[in-house]
Amino acid sequence: MEIYAKGMESRHLNEIIRSCKDKNIIVRGVNGQRFIACGLDGKDITAYGTIGNGAGAYMLGGVLRVEGSAQDAAGDTMNGGEIYVGGRCGDATGYAMRGGEIYVKEDVGYRAGVHMKQYGEHRPVIVVGGTAGCFLGEYLAGGVIAVLNLKNEKCPVGEDMARGMHGGRIYVRGKVSVPLPVSVTASKARREDMELIRPQIEKFCKAFRADEREIYSEEFTLLQPAAGNPYNRLYVNN
Amino acid sequence: MNARARAEFEILKDKERCIDCGLCERQCSNGVYKREDGRWFIADEKCVNCQRCVEMCPTGALKVIPNRNAPRGDGNWSVRAVREIYKQAETGGVLLSSMGNPSDMPTYFDRIAINASQVTNPSIDPLREPMETRVYLGAKDHEIKRDSSGRLITENRGLRLEVPILFSAMSYGSISYNAHAVLARAAQELGTYYNTGEGGLHRDFYKYGASTIVQVASGRFGVHKDYLEAGAAIEIKMGQGAKPGIGGHLPGKKIVGDIAATRMIPQGSDAISPAPHHDIYSIEDLRQLVDSLKEATEYKKPVFVKVAAVHNIAAIASGIARSGADVIVLDGWRGGTGAAPTRIRDNVGIPIELALAGVDSRLRAEGIRDRVSLIAGGSIRNSADVVKAIALGADAVYIGTAALIAMGCHMCRNCHSGKCNWGIATQDPALVSRLDVNAGVRRLIGLITAWKHEIEEMMGGMGINAIEALRGNRLMLRGLGLNSRELDILGIMHAGE
Repeated sequence: MEIYAKGMESRHLNEIIRSCKDKNIIVRGVNGQRFIACGLDGKDITAYGTIGNGAGAYMLGGVLRVEGSAQDAAGDTMNGGEIYVGGRCGDATGYAMRGGEIYVKEDVGYRAGVHMKQYGEHRPVIVVGGTAGCFLGEYLAGGVIAVLNLKNEKCPVGEDMARGMHGGRIYVRGKVSVPLPVSVTASKARREDMELIRPQIEKFCKAFRADEREIYSEEFTLLQPAAGNPYNRLYVNN
Repeated sequence: MNARARAEFEILKDKERCIDCGLCERQCSNGVYKREDGRWFIADEKCVNCQRCVEMCPTGALKVIPNRNAPRGDGNWSVRAVREIYKQAETGGVLLSSMGNPSDMPTYFDRIAINASQVTNPSIDPLREPMETRVYLGAKDHEIKRDSSGRLITENRGLRLEVPILFSAMSYGSISYNAHAVLARAAQELGTYYNTGEGGLHRDFYKYGASTIVQVASGRFGVHKDYLEAGAAIEIKMGQGAKPGIGGHLPGKKIVGDIAATRMIPQGSDAISPAPHHDIYSIEDLRQLVDSLKEATEYKKPVFVKVAAVHNIAAIASGIARSGADVIVLDGWRGGTGAAPTRIRDNVGIPIELALAGVDSRLRAEGIRDRVSLIAGGSIRNSADVVKAIALGADAVYIGTAALIAMGCHMCRNCHSGKCNWGIATQDPALVSRLDVNAGVRRLIGLITAWKHEIEEMMGGMGINAIEALRGNRLMLRGLGLNSRELDILGIMHAGE
């Protein structure tokens, strides 16, 4: 099915998508409509244009491809499935996502991957082709974030990254030159660390025709939470 | 320093009565009692005065009393203040407490008197005449619709409550499986709702979904599509009366077994739910979360937004009413908690009575009161508090602490220790099994049934036969010993006027 969305209210558009029996849906002329593919499962949606806030929120499965950019909170509390954004993403991409994968060809805004967590089989992944804004991976509790810095910026991440991180892994291609919280350790990603994200990097390259060799041409920095619970000694029983 | 000398409680064991059965030792999860070489060693300093041993002792040999020995206090330095300084000096720790603000700051409910009819506008006998305690929350029909044959269309998408009392958010993790079972079953039988808190919904309790409000907070623990669809309504938690501006943090050591599975995080992982929602910095952003939850559930579920009562609450509530939320929940500063920094709990926020009256007045003045329902929480202790809250403007009230006391809580205020001897605020299977679910359900139903009768009696006395006619009916209230500013904010006259 093909939908021409120009001028359409978000709610109306989403009702059409929800009630559509086809697996493959193409939406053209998207211009900021919100919550597209919200709670989606088992469909393959391709949206052309700029997709609005909350795309793929609570998504369970299926694929959302955006031929354009996405605004804020793409993949909010996402549980499964895949989102591909051919342009850039606004703030809070992948907020509290628990599963599924988000691939962004270019940059993401502030607070990507905030509160991301993993659980059992659910292991959420965000791969960013360009750079990420401040507060990347704030409160990160699980899952993987990879910043590929394909434009080779001097520092592809913003200030205050990994604040409150207590689980998961963040990979950054190149050096991380912003200050890190004491509860996080940064090291050179070893071969076995890179093996863990190889399938996702392959997917990224396939989706956006990126050069895998170029990605691996530079070493990655790996951020992980330091051992121990930082809150253990904070309180006294009263 | 000698901890025992400074113990808060003192345990008196009557040697004449004690039969050395050792039940107290087995019952106490705090390790107060120990018997060695035929002698009892009693660690007063470990006692939290939960009364478990006293109630279980078969011969009545035990008494727990406030320690007759105490650090010296005075009119300015309370013994409590001195004890707290000792604790902090020794550990360097932030004071952590449980349950609601216990301070002796004013409780306005206690200074408000309810009206009754005399001679004119006769009172109603609820035992003889019909009395309506049913309330609908959320979306309302704004116009009367009729079908083609002229019959009224009474489709109502709101939540139907048989009594204007709901059980407030307490997560599985902060309270036990059995405690959740009691709340769920009692809510179902009473025709009202309980609230999951931000700990997810245990698979066993999906069957009570029609009586469940599922909560979504900043950490999104346990939030997924099935969960959102399971409940009768969705509550966005922005704040909590016991700790406005402070988030939740269930330490990794409490994230075990089913708690982890229900929150959908690995065992041992800290569950951090910070106060700010990092995707909500404005009313427009709040609207976005409201909309995304409605979109995910196909606009079938009412969305609540819960906030702590703070200084600018009227303006905040006005914004929430315009965000598309169906219900605003106001949680006052006496509201309970499974753990909160003591200073925050006891000093931050404002009393629910003032917040509720202020919000109701503001929404009325702006002509948007009928867009939303209001729920008040934060220490509703009895049926008179319910009546007063409704007359101040609430559609319904949330109770937490009262429900726990009904099922056996003895207010020892140590929920955060995880060692609750009554099986409520603990995850230790041996302790949890002490809470008899059937008995708990019976007791909680008993409490609400009794309150319902009392509410009907009070309404009848005022000549009112439906809760709807009591809501915001401030003429039914009078203040006692309040100054004119307080009366203005509460929107009530002084007694005698």
